[in-house]
Amino acid sequence: MDFEELSLAVQKGKAKQVRELVNQGIEEGISIEKILNEGLIDSMGIVGENFKQNKIYVPEMLVAARAMSAGLSILEPLLTATGVKPIGKIVIGTVKGDLHDIGKNLVAMMMKGMGATVYDLGIDVPDLAFVEKAEEVGADIVCISALLTTTMPAIGDVINEFEKAGVKDKYHIMVGGAPVNKAFAESVGANEYTSNAADAAEAAKAFLEKKYNKGA
Amino acid sequence: MSKQFTKLAYNSVEEMLYGACPNPVTTRSGLVIGGGEIYPEVNFTLPPMHITKDTMPEVLSIYKEMITGVCKKAHELHAPGLVVEFETLPDMTEHPEWGIEIHKLLRETMFEYEVKYGLKSAIRMTPNDIREMHRPPIMRSGQYWDAMVKTFEGSGKDGADIFSIESTGGKEVNDEAIVNADLRTSIFALGCLAPRDMKWLWTNISDIAKAHGVISGGDSACGFANTAMVLAEQGFIPKVYASVMRTITTVRALVALENGAVGPSKDCAYENIYLKAITGTPISSEGKSAACAHFSPIGNISAAVADLWSNESVQQVKLLSGFAPVVSTEQLIYDCRLMNTATQKGHSLLMRDLLVESDCYLDPQAYVLRPDVAFEIGKEIVKTQDPFLRTLNTAKLTLEIIKNAVDKKELVIEDRELNWLDILESQIEDIPEDEEAFIAEMRKEVDPSKCNLSEYGI
Repeated sequence: MDFEELSLAVQKGKAKQVRELVNQGIEEGISIEKILNEGLIDSMGIVGENFKQNKIYVPEMLVAARAMSAGLSILEPLLTATGVKPIGKIVIGTVKGDLHDIGKNLVAMMMKGMGATVYDLGIDVPDLAFVEKAEEVGADIVCISALLTTTMPAIGDVINEFEKAGVKDKYHIMVGGAPVNKAFAESVGANEYTSNAADAAEAAKAFLEKKYNKGA
Repeated sequence: MSKQFTKLAYNSVEEMLYGACPNPVTTRSGLVIGGGEIYPEVNFTLPPMHITKDTMPEVLSIYKEMITGVCKKAHELHAPGLVVEFETLPDMTEHPEWGIEIHKLLRETMFEYEVKYGLKSAIRMTPNDIREMHRPPIMRSGQYWDAMVKTFEGSGKDGADIFSIESTGGKEVNDEAIVNADLRTSIFALGCLAPRDMKWLWTNISDIAKAHGVISGGDSACGFANTAMVLAEQGFIPKVYASVMRTITTVRALVALENGAVGPSKDCAYENIYLKAITGTPISSEGKSAACAHFSPIGNISAAVADLWSNESVQQVKLLSGFAPVVSTEQLIYDCRLMNTATQKGHSLLMRDLLVESDCYLDPQAYVLRPDVAFEIGKEIVKTQDPFLRTLNTAKLTLEIIKNAVDKKELVIEDRELNWLDILESQIEDIPEDEEAFIAEMRKEVDPSKCNLSEYGI
């Protein structure tokens, strides 16, 4: 299997070709971890870089992410069987009383695109639901979003629930949304603030790589 | 019986100006919107805080401070008129008694300034469309719809002048389409779902308005076209897609005017220019002076034919000069003063064209707002009464207009945008002209956990 060919197939969003090449790689005995990291995740890294350099838009990135997922769906059962862990687990949602989800969805999609397992709680999410889901799935990162000045304080309420449960330090808590800024994030005890979806995905990737001691 | 629009409201594009329109509306205080002058429309919102029963006294106190500051500034600067929009926050529609109480406080303060200082003013009441809090949304019944009705009725009883809303019919389908720049699905959302909802919604809103002597204003496709505009501004989706989203939202907006609305349509509905061309009703708009709320590439052109000039929304935060709502009020008043002076000196057409020319060549979203383009699109829309065909044909025409402008070198767009003109064209070239056939195709693609088509009567 030609890694260059696989990379181009991911970048151009050719899901069928990605599936064929991944299967070919498995048949040829290439390690599952190598196909995942050098074939799929690195290719999405190139896509992310193209986006950062304003060469492509999100829709093109999403097509690539779907092609990557097509390959990943073949690898996942094998990864579980061989004990290889996914890049990380992320819980994401929009706070109680807030119905905005496009920005949150973009963050979720970009994080999926970098190979993370994302648990999207949706909109209008009760404070405690973030804690419960993070504990249930053993998340690495919790992403909390709010788009209104009047729902922004609920970000702090969610973080308080993590504190009350005595589990806040287990998670890297990231926050975002139009009215949110770094000062607010710090004031409510969040670990990280990013101003847009692309930066959020990049920050999450950097955190996970550091946590699991993987190279970029 | 719905009203039908079969031709444009103007004979020539030179007639369509700011501050005036063929069908002006008069508020309770005698303010004539679209009667010759452009007026400021100020909107403001709370600083970061919780809204609960316990914080309501503080909420009311902040609103009192904001409206007093706004009215005082309008009086000091000799504003010939003032419109205030109270766009509730979701909690205030979910708990109608809170929204109604705040509205009453604003209305009474504005009335005090009218009595004391002769400041003619009007209040636009804009509850949230909270039907989407239920997923999939329940569009025509249930606790959320009941709360919306109570908010309209309560504020109507207390003297609201204008009703508006940013309705969300079809948004549950369009949200995913936007991030994928999927024009085919957007046409389904805006051409099939939204018009059905708008007809039902605006018939109901207009009935409540009539019962309480309120002007049935109009809608905004904020969650559709403005979301696209903001995502395009961030470099996430193509500007040419956002441009097409802008023009095709006109069709759903027009349904409000076919079913009782008379304007002024809402400020953030940049598609209002097409509505004005078709219906001759007054419109509100926002641009450079709404940068406190969001950025846009259409800061000047959006004022070209406005009858109200808005700031969209601003938080009660302290700036060097004073609180932000008061700052916004001053900016809007000076914008309007300049435009009204141009009118008085006989230069309104020149002023309009300067506003247009200063923006229109730099971004496709600005180009499609040119008055001559608005005429072209308006004429296309009134050729048929079928909302779906109107939407599909408008999308095709918009792409053609942008392509021609690029070919003629009248419009500057990035290289990566050029490719998207072809992609968008190919997305819609196979859409059947028969709506039933298109719905049958899309039915297979709609996620029932997100959208229940029967809520739209489909």
